[in-house]
Amino acid sequence: MMKLDLSCLEPAAGAGREPCGLEAAGVSGVAVDSFPLPAVADIDSFEREVVEYVKPNHGTTTLGFIFQGGVIIAVDSRASQGSYISSQTVKKVIEINPHLLGTMAGGAADCQFWERNLGRQCRLYELANGKRITVRGASKLLANTMFSYRGMGLSMGTMVAGWDEAGPGLYYVDSDGQRTKGKLFSVGSGSLYAYGVLDEGYRWDLSVEEAVELGQRSIYHATFRDAASGGTVSAYHVTQEGWTKVRGEDVGQLHFNYYPAPEEHPCNSKDPLAL
Amino acid sequence: MAAALPVRASVPAAGQAVKQHATWSPYDDNGGTVVAVAGDDYCVVAASTRMSTGYSILTRNKSKILQLNPKCVIASAGMQADQETLHKVLHSRHVTYQFNHRKPMACPAMAQLLSNTLYYKRFFPYYTFNLCAGLDDEGRGAVYTYDAIGSYERVGYGCQGNGKELVQPVLDNQLKAASPLALPPQQWLSSLPLEQAVDLVKGAFVSAGERDIYTGDDVEILIITKDCIKTDRLELKRD
Repeated sequence: MMKLDLSCLEPAAGAGREPCGLEAAGVSGVAVDSFPLPAVADIDSFEREVVEYVKPNHGTTTLGFIFQGGVIIAVDSRASQGSYISSQTVKKVIEINPHLLGTMAGGAADCQFWERNLGRQCRLYELANGKRITVRGASKLLANTMFSYRGMGLSMGTMVAGWDEAGPGLYYVDSDGQRTKGKLFSVGSGSLYAYGVLDEGYRWDLSVEEAVELGQRSIYHATFRDAASGGTVSAYHVTQEGWTKVRGEDVGQLHFNYYPAPEEHPCNSKDPLAL
Repeated sequence: MAAALPVRASVPAAGQAVKQHATWSPYDDNGGTVVAVAGDDYCVVAASTRMSTGYSILTRNKSKILQLNPKCVIASAGMQADQETLHKVLHSRHVTYQFNHRKPMACPAMAQLLSNTLYYKRFFPYYTFNLCAGLDDEGRGAVYTYDAIGSYERVGYGCQGNGKELVQPVLDNQLKAASPLALPPQQWLSSLPLEQAVDLVKGAFVSAGERDIYTGDDVEILIITKDCIKTDRLELKRD
């Protein structure tokens, strides 16, 4: 019987997978035999069990979109471990370099560590090539790292945003190895609520002030409905000159700004069906 | 010839059957609560000294604080075996650093090292919940909080371990300041006079000891200032 030649799918002898990330860079102390695995019979169920034990920080709303005036990134700042709010002041926008931003959703440690690692890779690229890395290149570096750890239980949903010779750039990269170019994304447990507001208000020709306001309002409404989102709403604007932080407002203050009188809030309006 | 070292258990290859008790876990929670409060020119670090497993108290006098140098300490709650291992690793890295750089490691550097050390065990985490505390390069109090796999953040005060749900709200009530993310930037480190900060920490531990079975016996308190680290001790109820 004929057998398909699947040898191309086999990993190279000796090495389980292509070196990547830290291993490719050969960073001492964190080399190939790093990330030790536990001596248990069933690793998959162990990793699921570990999540119960160590309860990593989770829960988020983040969004990003490209418009006439550049890229807007807006995020909340809450981290929860189960039902416990472990922090209200998490920095979910990771400033990779003056022209690149990464956002953080999913496991906080995974995002922090690998985006920090991405920053290092981008700097090395700059030193080797004498020019800044493109958004396309940077997002691919991160996606390749994620792909090499596929199935290991990493949890990360991130947007890489920036400006290069091709203009504004926005990519979605996640821990499954998916990488998608796009104009508008929202990621995290509150993303559905954010999309609702964002899709309704988005236009290409938004002014910068309108765009920042739209981003902030979308995150605010997500924190209102999603219990795992909250804290402070931060907004960033990316232009040819690089990124600037343009907003940082407490959700409590925003609630007061949008609805100064409690009775004017839709939730508290007079019920027309009441007797 | 060197005596044969015990071979480390390794992950079995596919198809190789290994007998393991269905309910066995490499982890145990030995309890404990650690707290740190930063001020303008000091840092207070405290940890309960009870070590338990289930309903049994194993010892009433187990220090959970590693003093690396006069400006940086690490306090860990969780599983004692992992605490000990983690402290050993960090101590050894600190000694190596001093050989290479002829100076003790600064608190922000140690904070990053702890994060990386925790993340390097991403797939078999240290079951520890840590605080890194001390004075930063400008001499201000610094506290860093972590999750078990290495995500970390600088804060004005922090609390980890079994009593965190009881202690953190008390600290928030007394010390909460503006968010460090706010624009325009606002003062986000609230600073109490040192004596008041120590009293606050002691009060929080007395309260936690009333309602948490894993917090009790003694509290070891370190007061870090630019001149020295002073130690204090608070006796809690032994029940």
